[in-house]
Amino acid sequence: MADTFIPIASRPSPVKVTGVAPWMRHNLFANWRSSLTTLFVIGLVLYVLPGFANWAVFNAVVRADADACQAARGVGACWGVVTEKYRLILFGRYPFEQHWRPLLATSIMVGGLVLSCVRYFWKPWLVTMWVGVLAVFFTLMGGGIFGLEPVRTDLWGGLPLTIMLATLSIFLAFPIAILVALGRRSHLPAIRSVCIVYIELIRGVPLISVLFMASFMFPLFMPQGMTIDVLVRVVVGITLFAAAYMAEIIRGGLQALPKGQLEAADTLGLSYWQTQRKIVLPQALAMTVPTMMGNFISIFKDTSLVFIVSLYELVGAMSLALNSDVNWRPFKIEAYLFITLVYFIFCISMSRYSLWVEKQLSASKAR
Amino acid sequence: MKHQPPPQKRAWSLNSRATRGVIFQVLTLALVVAGIWFLWHNMQENMRIRGIESGWNFLGSTAGFDIGETMVEYDPSESYGKAIWVGVLNTLKVAVVGIVLTTLLGVLIGVGRFSRNALVRGLCYGYVELFRNVPILLQLLMWYLIFIEVLPPSNEAWNMAGLFFLSKGGLSFPFPTDGVGQVLAGAAIGLVGAWFWRDRKQKHFELTGQNSNRIWGPAALILIFAVVGWAVAGMPTTWDVPKQLVFMVDGGVAATPEFMAVLVGLVIYTAAFIAEVVRSGIQSVSAGQVEAALALGLNQKQNMKLVVLPQALRVIIPPMTNQYLNLTKNSSLAVAVGYPDVVSIANTTINQSGRAVECIAIIMLVYLATSLSTSAFMNWYNQRMAIKER
Repeated sequence: MADTFIPIASRPSPVKVTGVAPWMRHNLFANWRSSLTTLFVIGLVLYVLPGFANWAVFNAVVRADADACQAARGVGACWGVVTEKYRLILFGRYPFEQHWRPLLATSIMVGGLVLSCVRYFWKPWLVTMWVGVLAVFFTLMGGGIFGLEPVRTDLWGGLPLTIMLATLSIFLAFPIAILVALGRRSHLPAIRSVCIVYIELIRGVPLISVLFMASFMFPLFMPQGMTIDVLVRVVVGITLFAAAYMAEIIRGGLQALPKGQLEAADTLGLSYWQTQRKIVLPQALAMTVPTMMGNFISIFKDTSLVFIVSLYELVGAMSLALNSDVNWRPFKIEAYLFITLVYFIFCISMSRYSLWVEKQLSASKAR
Repeated sequence: MKHQPPPQKRAWSLNSRATRGVIFQVLTLALVVAGIWFLWHNMQENMRIRGIESGWNFLGSTAGFDIGETMVEYDPSESYGKAIWVGVLNTLKVAVVGIVLTTLLGVLIGVGRFSRNALVRGLCYGYVELFRNVPILLQLLMWYLIFIEVLPPSNEAWNMAGLFFLSKGGLSFPFPTDGVGQVLAGAAIGLVGAWFWRDRKQKHFELTGQNSNRIWGPAALILIFAVVGWAVAGMPTTWDVPKQLVFMVDGGVAATPEFMAVLVGLVIYTAAFIAEVVRSGIQSVSAGQVEAALALGLNQKQNMKLVVLPQALRVIIPPMTNQYLNLTKNSSLAVAVGYPDVVSIANTTINQSGRAVECIAIIMLVYLATSLSTSAFMNWYNQRMAIKER
């Protein structure tokens, strides 16, 4: 008996589903159409990228040399315009030798904003801290005390102005928005109609018309002999505008709240304001966080419109800096790209943060 | 809802909810009226002291400024009222063309984010993140700068197939010399017919479950009516084709660089938001629906058409309306690049005539009317699409 052990053939190893090659097979070359698209996109990138890289990096002039920039025109970017003018773009018409003040003020404000984003600091004293931050900001920017040279508000500009307008309008708009949202859901017809008219009126018109109103009509609204600063007028305009949009977002949160919550509050004998403060608003506001963050981002972007009523935020400061200088005027595109980058960094960090908050909220809901 | 006061004791009490309600309302109304009266009174007083005239009679006086592009005949000797009307038409032009183009681009990119191809997904994601996070004003200014700096001067315009010319002077393209109105009118009649046709087929489908194609028939109907319109116009075949002359491009219809900058900027910016709306709409259809459709043996296309899209559309329409309104309102930024929309012309009028109050009221009314009518139409459409509950 020559019984030999003949093993049955081993099973083939399973097809690999992790790693680079399977990923590419699945995501780039799944079928002929997908493969064709992949090749087309790669071809397009190969066609566009070298030219762009040459322009933006290899042939670019980084040092502040107008003649070199002029020579490289058409083949290379002139980042020299940023090197030369970045202080004027970031701080606008603020007196040049005093630039440390807006820098410090903006850093403190951004620091405050970053702190407010951390969950650990969500305590009542945060409000007190913000009062302090705003006081320090305006003292530093305006001067006039502590031996700081006074600087008129129409000289404020650039990034500090953008950040201040956005932050201040959001803070001021928030309480108004809560009141208007509650008013719109009120059972009292007069209060409800006033709130509806306000919301629909503001949401139906573009921000720029509100800003025009702030700059042309507010001076007429004030009693004789009383003038208000253009900065205040613009803040009031943006606040009124933002409040209407925020009110609608908060209303969404209020509507999403189960009715049982209100009934339970009534059963406990809470008054209207107690119910709103202890039961309704904490839950409703938490629900609106993702949408609200999106709204904050759009307010931040919208502050760029104050350029049109001649306040020199980033875009205005850049136009001012470049239009007055024949040497650098041709390189506006590079300067625009620089401002784009500034806005992009701020907005993308806000939207990343909003994603994180959203995750935190859904984590708190998961059981 | 609230705890009721014992009604027998006193019918009228300061603590009763009804009484307080009345007091609050009276207080609010008094505050609002007093506020408005205060502002109005100050305004009248200020205007009287500064010698600013008010009233609407300025609309009839001569404007005296020229407008770069108009859809109707206009010259500087005409009135402010006419100038503002020209601006309104320009606003509507950029808004309507923009809404159509941005819907196409936005839906394409939104659907692209579900592509099986990772590169397409990545590109669409990158597009959304890039354009959503930069202010629209900045984008408009950049497009305008690109159009007037990077493009060749009009004596050496980029030429596409001898029909399209792109230069600093704008985009020139061929356009039929006459008969356009008739063809469009025919198509419009066809569109109404097609609408009824689809409606009937839909009802038939809901009654009997027999499905038939609802695209080709109505489309053919529109085409037939357009051809009839063309025949009514006398079948004109002449096209006004732009030609490269020594110093300029002549003939055809030209879109100015201002118009192009506003249009391209608005379309690209809004498309990023529409892509997000479409994406979240499609994602809102639960996976179980798709799985159930596959289990029933529907193929990919039927699945999309019969199961996913009808449900996704309900989620998509309201935010989509908001984006259309946003685009219309953002078109007011055209003032920054010098496109003569209603805001820009009203601004010139303010500077010339000093009638700030009236001009701002006109701007607001124009946008309010557009916004309210769009949202009324969309609400109606939304109701049609809403779940039919028994």
